[in-house]
Amino acid sequence: MDVILFLEQCLNGLQLGIMLFLMAAGLTLIFGVMGLINLAHGSLYMIGAFACAAVATWSGSFALGLLASLVCAAAAGALIEVGVMRRLYQRDHLDQVLATFALILMCSEAMRWLFGSFPLYLDVPEVFYGAIDLFGVLQYSRYRLFIIVLGLLTAVGIYLLISKTRVGMRIRAGAADRQMTAALGINISLLFTLVFALGAALAGFAGALVGSIQSVEVGMGEPVLILAFVVVVIGGIGSIRGALIGALIVGMVDTLGRGYLPQLLQLVLDPAVANTLGAALASIAIYLLMILILIFKPQGLFPAHG
Amino acid sequence: MSEKLVNRSMMAALILLPWLAHWLDEPYYVSLATRVAILALAGVGLNLALGLGGMISFGHAAFFGLGGYVTGILASHALNYEPLFSGFIDIPGTTQMLIIWPLAMFIAAIAAVFIGLLSLRTSGVYFIMITLAFAQMIYYFSISWPTYGGEDGLPIYIRNGFPGLNTLQPIQFFMICCTLLLITLWGVSRLKNSRFGNALQALRQNETRVAAIGISPLGIKLTAFVISATITALAGSLFADLNRFVSPTMFSWHTSGEIMIFVILGGLGRLYGPLAGASLFILCEALLGGWTEYWQFFLGLLLLGVVLFARGGLIGLLSGEPKNA
Repeated sequence: MDVILFLEQCLNGLQLGIMLFLMAAGLTLIFGVMGLINLAHGSLYMIGAFACAAVATWSGSFALGLLASLVCAAAAGALIEVGVMRRLYQRDHLDQVLATFALILMCSEAMRWLFGSFPLYLDVPEVFYGAIDLFGVLQYSRYRLFIIVLGLLTAVGIYLLISKTRVGMRIRAGAADRQMTAALGINISLLFTLVFALGAALAGFAGALVGSIQSVEVGMGEPVLILAFVVVVIGGIGSIRGALIGALIVGMVDTLGRGYLPQLLQLVLDPAVANTLGAALASIAIYLLMILILIFKPQGLFPAHG
Repeated sequence: MSEKLVNRSMMAALILLPWLAHWLDEPYYVSLATRVAILALAGVGLNLALGLGGMISFGHAAFFGLGGYVTGILASHALNYEPLFSGFIDIPGTTQMLIIWPLAMFIAAIAAVFIGLLSLRTSGVYFIMITLAFAQMIYYFSISWPTYGGEDGLPIYIRNGFPGLNTLQPIQFFMICCTLLLITLWGVSRLKNSRFGNALQALRQNETRVAAIGISPLGIKLTAFVISATITALAGSLFADLNRFVSPTMFSWHTSGEIMIFVILGGLGRLYGPLAGASLFILCEALLGGWTEYWQFFLGLLLLGVVLFARGGLIGLLSGEPKNA
């Protein structure tokens, strides 16, 4: 096996994992604190990407675009929370799934109406063009490395926010016992809006970062959303630590599976069969993983409550 | 209007309007009604698990698609004169609906036993997510498996046949779909009021109590899940024949969501709910779709309105009985 290629694949897996963490962190917080399944999280990812593409094209500054993705997604998140989600906290999961599914339809159509059906392309600044030499052994895309570093910094930031600050303490308290927290005089509905906007901002940020690698188009959030759900379920719903570890596992398994499963199968099977079967298996590997984990640990790897 | 009256008028409209369209020589409307009947059938299947059993399956597209693919694969083998299995004896494909339907339902039932056994170990959000994961697994598998068209899908050149009928004629195919819907509705209503149906509905309300009486929850739930899957697979088979085309889209989570929409728009747990929901959905698509390209925005708005404010669905609104008995 080619070691350099393997390292590169690992970095790609890490990059996917970090992006998934940004999505999953919001999902798991929203579920942990408010008990809400939010399918519309992928739409916030899409809104972030579109905001970044629009502002970056208009102003010529990628940094400004990233900022816009955070602001727009957070604003959209707050709007959705105040307008729709508030009515859903007391409802069962079915109502939440349907209402947020309705939001997906509305967001996608609104974006199609605003920006048209053609994908937008988002250019990264010239600093990130080309590859960088890592320790003299491998050439790796500068932009992907930038995403990994920025994503890791954000992950550390979320960790510090949740575990070290007063707001974070309130969020954790809200997740542990909503009514008790409210009884202690904390404005719980403001806290919910805040958590929702925070999760939305993270999703939008992830969308903007990935939008530059892929294209920015309607429906881009949905595959990521489902991956993020797999992450959340594997990690244990409501657990930030679980989301981080789940995201890294899913990112690695997916990337390495696509890279190496066909080759591994060639050792035992006829090459043509191995290639098709390998590709098919690689595309479902993470779902198999999730099902296996749920069979042995029905509450995920890191159950949040007890 | 009582719920019974609403149901009867809906059924009458579904049977009579296509004949009117046929008489006026408007095959487009006949095929719209056929879609309503087929999608309602898929909804009736899901309603059994979701409405009666409280199992929020977000993966019924898996069964809908399996039904479609069984149909497509059998037909393509028969039309290309390639045996399905060659070996000791050659097993040919077929274009006979009467053979295709039971096979589609059987394959879906096997898949449902497997998926149900694993999924029913979990509950709540985890159940929603694991059923979604199974459907996604089949979806991605169908995309990356090139033998039967992969991402491009699989055409069915000639609609499969039914003895004594010309299925290529829209009204005759419609009657087949409509009859199957009626038979299924009758069967489900019998099931709903049977001992099994009562146990299933009791399970939705309180699983512990049912277990305390001595009824094993898993057996009842799994049976309901499998029956629900076979009905949805039958709808998938008809849907494939209607479009004369199957593609991985049938497995996508949007399809699961849409089948759920039929159930909810009409009224969760109501026998005729899926029919009302599917009619409303197709009406929206036909009317709004002609008016604006972005009709799904308004569909979303409608769905949001029903979920937030009209929990009894369309039938609940019409019959003035907002709460489901």
